[in-house]
Amino acid sequence: MSLSALLDVRPGDDAHLILRRATVLDPVAGIDSVHDVVVREGEIAALAPPGEADTDGAEVVEAEGLHAFPAFFDPHVHLRTPGQEHKEDVETGTRAAAAGGYCGILAMANTQPPVSTAADVSALREQARAAASIPVGFLATVTKDMKGEELTEMVELRGAGAIGFSDDGLPIADAGLMRRALQYQHLCGGNIALHEEDPALSRDGAMHEGAVSAVLGLAGIPSVSESTMVARDAALAGYERARIHVQHLSAAESVEVVRAARAAGVRISAEASPHHLCLTDEAVRDLDPHRAKMNPPLREERDRQALIEGLRDGTIECIATDHAPHQPEEKDVPFEQAAMGVTGLETAFAALHTELVLPGVIDLGLLVERMAGGAEPFDLERPSLAPGSEANVALCDLGAEWTVGEDGYESRSANSWCAGQTLTGRVLMTVAAGQVAYRLRSFSLGVAA
Amino acid sequence: MKHLLSIEHLSREEIEGILDRAESFAEVGRRDIKKVPTLRGRTVVSLFYESSTRTSSSFDLAAKRLSADLISVKAAGSSVEKGESLKDTVATLSAYDPAAIVIRHPHAGAAQMVAGWTAAAVVNAGDGKHEHPSQALLDVYTLRRKLGSLEGIRIWIVGDVLHSRVARSNLIAFTRMGAEVTVCGPPTLIPRGIEELGCDVSYSLEGIGEAEVVYALRMQRERMSESFVPSLREYAASFQIDSRRLNPRQLLMHPGPVNRGVELSGEAIDSPQSLIAEQVAAGLVVRMAILYELLAGAEGAPSGEGEGSKPTPIGTPA
Repeated sequence: MSLSALLDVRPGDDAHLILRRATVLDPVAGIDSVHDVVVREGEIAALAPPGEADTDGAEVVEAEGLHAFPAFFDPHVHLRTPGQEHKEDVETGTRAAAAGGYCGILAMANTQPPVSTAADVSALREQARAAASIPVGFLATVTKDMKGEELTEMVELRGAGAIGFSDDGLPIADAGLMRRALQYQHLCGGNIALHEEDPALSRDGAMHEGAVSAVLGLAGIPSVSESTMVARDAALAGYERARIHVQHLSAAESVEVVRAARAAGVRISAEASPHHLCLTDEAVRDLDPHRAKMNPPLREERDRQALIEGLRDGTIECIATDHAPHQPEEKDVPFEQAAMGVTGLETAFAALHTELVLPGVIDLGLLVERMAGGAEPFDLERPSLAPGSEANVALCDLGAEWTVGEDGYESRSANSWCAGQTLTGRVLMTVAAGQVAYRLRSFSLGVAA
Repeated sequence: MKHLLSIEHLSREEIEGILDRAESFAEVGRRDIKKVPTLRGRTVVSLFYESSTRTSSSFDLAAKRLSADLISVKAAGSSVEKGESLKDTVATLSAYDPAAIVIRHPHAGAAQMVAGWTAAAVVNAGDGKHEHPSQALLDVYTLRRKLGSLEGIRIWIVGDVLHSRVARSNLIAFTRMGAEVTVCGPPTLIPRGIEELGCDVSYSLEGIGEAEVVYALRMQRERMSESFVPSLREYAASFQIDSRRLNPRQLLMHPGPVNRGVELSGEAIDSPQSLIAEQVAAGLVVRMAILYELLAGAEGAPSGEGEGSKPTPIGTPA
């Protein structure tokens, strides 16, 4: 099913565009060549030979030297509504996503109160139809109010339109309850996205446990706090023939567990975040909570390398930002007291392009594939540039340099992990579900002939 | 040196500079009138978010001996109890235009953050389990007076290293001064990865005979309830420094306050090898030297007439 069929977006006019002489790269569809991309009536109407698409009243974008990718999909975003609209809401969060080249996102349910009833889901969907600039889907909690005690009414939640389930922010500590949720999935459907952490092992930890935490005197969150829970849930999912999606993998051991589980036939998917792919716990050394305080924590270089290898071999099929907006007063405090989380929607592609593609660590094609890989684990159609697909396009200038935060953010919050860094590669324009969802202010479009 | 935030950021030369200055203040303590006019007209704020006897009293007395005006703020009974953030408290106190803020806080990195919010020189008097640089300086001072130099000296730091900012700062300071450090304690109380700081690790006291200096750490009672060790009795049986385990040529140190009969036996505390009283005395002169270095600068003492004169930074932390 196309994104707009299952997710919610503010209605608008279908774009009629020609991206003239764009370098079109969609590895999954096997496209890597220069075309005129014709967007019309919500679809990729055609990939015409360069310079040959008939203008026919369309807005023409001179895209020579620019790249058109399938727009990105992020299965892990905190929109903070209801309850914390001072940090983010549907409008600002989807605008930030559009600015990052995304055509769809899934919002986490750990709001205040958590999204635990059908009425909660319906209210959010209504907001999205009023204010979302790109399609957005909502997950509901697995357990009532995320207390980890009893299951939500998962069938009714699915009926109300919940795309899947997650207690993200907290693990489901009780293995018995986890098992019940997996059994119940056979009735209600919908993937279950898991924040994997054993609270008995992570306790009051503020960062990864290792040499840096030893030096800083910060309580550590050991890698095994994550990997043992991934192993537990992979075993449960295998036993119940259920399906799980592991969120924000951070530890090398966890990647290995996912790889082995999949090889053994377990239906398991996994994501990694840009900050875990670009940074290590060395970034914590200066004790700046704005950029380096998150859960799961930044780990060691061997973990980062394992995540990259997971991206390469497909153990990790998607990149998810875990976009977690916070206001300054929650970050202008000593490291241990600071809120967990960083924003990432507006910088994910540019940061990974700068840190991984330009130095030759991974191919551009792999990055593009993984940036859109978050849809399929939730039974949504992967964004594609093949003619006839729903029009979801990110138009990027891979040579553009820009400094993060210099012109402010579309997000309501500014706690970007790469604030102040100069990145190479910028999203100029995003088409989501056939509508122009974003265009960079300084990037003017051609006028219809 | 604009601030004293950590030992990590001090070079051996900077450490020696502070200790040399402390030597000169030791002479002031032998006078009838134990006061110098160096910081006359300057304000020092001491801001303590945790209880402290030694550190707070010695910083307060150090400021007074240097003739500074002193404001002591304790978290209990202040606006902190009313929920004011650290940032706002610092902004409030900075309105008095203090020359220095001495801060103790239960969380790592607090002093460093404060340094970003105020024009005053900031002294870290202990931040969480991270660092306690003035303690490390006074301990190096004490040993230097006793031994002349720490070069090649073997020092064992024994006890709850995991929860100890003293252990971390001292390990860095001792190593930087040329000593060879071993940290020793039960595996549950030795942080994973501590070897990064250039020390050896031992899970038993076997081998402590090689040490010229034994530095015992305070064993906090609440650690029992968290199962870091099963009981104080078992801890003491394995790790207490007593006269049987201490040989007569070894020096004994402890940051205080001591749990008599837990990490140290009464005999050991009261033995002539114990430097505990010297450490306390060193605390005062070293803290005078710290305030002096930060506020009066290294190159030449101010005249004593220097009302309103601004501190001269002599380089910044790395």
